[in-house]
Amino acid sequence: MAVTRVKPKLIGENNQYCSGCGHGILNRLVAEVLEELGRADDAILVTAVGCACMMNELWQGDNMQAAHGRAPASATAIKRLRPENIVFTYQGDGDLSSIGIAEILHATARNEKFTTIFANNGVFGMTGGQMAPTTLVGQKTTTTHFGRDPQFTGMPVKIVELLATLKPAYLARGSVDSIKNINTTKKYIRNAFEAQIDSEGFSLVEVLLPCPTNWHLTPEQALERVGSTVEAYYPLGEVVKRGE
Amino acid sequence: MKGNEVVGEAAARAGCNMFCGYPITPSSETLEYVSARFPELGRQFVQAESELAAINMVFGAAAAGFRVMTASSGPGFDLKQEGISYIASCDLPCVIVDVCRYGSGLGAISPGQNDYLQATKGGGHGDYKVLVYAPNSVQEIADLMVLANDKADEYRMPVLILSDGALGQMMEPVTLPEFGPDDQVKNKPWALRGRGPDGERNQITTALYVDPDFANKLRKKYAEIEAKETRAESYLTDDAEVVLVSYGISSRIAKEAVNRAREKGIKLGLFRPISLWPFPKKELGEATANAKAVLSVEMSSLGQMVEDVALHLKGRLPIYLELSDMNVPQVANILKKVDGILNGSEQEVY
Repeated sequence: MAVTRVKPKLIGENNQYCSGCGHGILNRLVAEVLEELGRADDAILVTAVGCACMMNELWQGDNMQAAHGRAPASATAIKRLRPENIVFTYQGDGDLSSIGIAEILHATARNEKFTTIFANNGVFGMTGGQMAPTTLVGQKTTTTHFGRDPQFTGMPVKIVELLATLKPAYLARGSVDSIKNINTTKKYIRNAFEAQIDSEGFSLVEVLLPCPTNWHLTPEQALERVGSTVEAYYPLGEVVKRGE
Repeated sequence: MKGNEVVGEAAARAGCNMFCGYPITPSSETLEYVSARFPELGRQFVQAESELAAINMVFGAAAAGFRVMTASSGPGFDLKQEGISYIASCDLPCVIVDVCRYGSGLGAISPGQNDYLQATKGGGHGDYKVLVYAPNSVQEIADLMVLANDKADEYRMPVLILSDGALGQMMEPVTLPEFGPDDQVKNKPWALRGRGPDGERNQITTALYVDPDFANKLRKKYAEIEAKETRAESYLTDDAEVVLVSYGISSRIAKEAVNRAREKGIKLGLFRPISLWPFPKKELGEATANAKAVLSVEMSSLGQMVEDVALHLKGRLPIYLELSDMNVPQVANILKKVDGILNGSEQEVY
C-alpha cells in the first residue's frame, strides 16, 4: 500500500494555520530534527504569543505557553534547572523583535544554553497584519496603509546580525521558499540543537516565512515574494558558525 | 540579620531552588544575599535584565516544577503583575516578596503600606487571587517564608509576602528554620520534564484552555483557602472599646499604643491580620465583638486596608483612619485619635 503522508510523531493531527502559511513547514522541520537527534522525548518547547502559539495544540511534546515576548526568560530558567533537557523557544517576529527584544538580547548576551527558532514573516500575523519591526520598507500593512516609511518607523530590524555582536554559539538565517532552502534550513536547525547538546551556548535560527493572508497574496505569490524581495533584505546563511 | 537577607536564607532553607530578580531599593539586599548564597548551596540564581524578565523566569522555573522566588518593590512590583497573572492562570506555585515603598510613580524609597490593594485585589488582569502574608518582624519573615513555600505548592498558586522598607532594612535576632528538602519537584507530575518514552505530554498553559470546569474549580479553590488559611493576632481585644486594626511594621507601633493606653485606663486593643488575602474576617468579627469603634492604622496617604475592614464589618461599627503617610505611625498620634474617637470629635470614614 502506498504511503501517502509520513509525519513526525511530534506533530499532531490538525493545525490551524492559514493556507500557504510557512509555520507548518517550520514546525515540521523542528520536529524532524529533534526526532532524528533522538531528543523528542526530553525536548521542552516554550511557545510565544501570536500565530506561533497555535503550536500549543499541534506539538505533541512538553510545552509551556509563555507571555508575549518573554519566552527567552522562561526558557532561561527551565534550561538552568533542567540542563539535561533540550529546551527551545519558538517565536514570531512580532513577539521576538518587538515586545520581546530585551529578553532575546539578554538571553543571547548571557549565552544561555537553549535554542530559539525565530519565525520571521514580517508582520504581526494573529492580530491582523500590523507592521512589525521586521516589515520591509514600502510594505503595506494595517498600520502602514501607504507602505512602511522609514522616516517615521525606521529601518527593518535584522535580528541575526544584531545578535551576532554578542558572540553566541550559533546564528543562522534560512528560508522555506524552495526545496533547496528548506533542506538548508533544516541543517541550520540541526546545527543549532547540536550546539545546545554540546553546551556551546545560545543558538538561534531565523527562518523567513510567507504570510499570504496578511500580505494579501496567493500562497504561490507569497513564496515568490520571500525568494525575490524578503531574501534581498535579509541575506541567508550562517552568521555565527559553531566553534567560531 | 537584616530582614531582606532573612528572606533569602529562609527561602533557601524552605527548599527554594531558584531566585530570579532585579535590583530595586529597598529590596536589593535579598538579591545581593542570594547571589552568593544560592550558588553556594547548588541552587540557581539569575540577575535578570528587567523585572519583566525576572517574573517570567520565575514562570519558567515554576512550570518546570521547581520552587522559585523573586523580590521587588514599588514600580518593580508593578511590572511583575502581568507575570503573576500568567503564573496564577496556569495554577503554578511561586513566592514573591514585595518590600513595599511609599508613593505612586517613582515614589520614595522609604517604607510604605500602599501596595495593600495591589497585593490583595490582584494587580494583574483577570480573575485570580494570591495568598498574601504580612510579617511584622524579622523572625516572622523567616517563619512566613517557609509557610509561603509550602502553601504555594499545596494550592499551586503564587504566594506573596508583603514586607516593607522598614522590615527589610532592620536587623533583629532571628531563629532560622532548619533546612528542608529541596527536591519537591519530584512530587509534581504535572511539571515540564520532557514527555518521556511513554509519549504523555505535559502542557503548561492558561487552565481555561484545557479544563472546561476551570471556573468552578477556581471558585472552589479560593473558597477553601478563605475558609482554611486565615491568620491573625488579637491583642487585648476582649474588653476593648476601640480596636486598632494594623498589619506589618505599623502593628508594632499600634501594639505599643495599646500598652500606653492601658496604663492610662483606656480600653484599647489591637487586631493584626497576618494573612491579608484571605482577610481574617471571622477573627476580625470576634476581636471587635465588644468594641464601639475601629481605627485602621496605616502607613499610606489614603488608607487601603480600611476598605477591607469596612467591607467585613458590614456597617456594624464606625471606622476611623490614622494615616502616617511616608513615616511609620507615631504612638502619640494614635492615642490622640483614640481620644478623639472616644470624645466624639473625630470624623469616621465609614
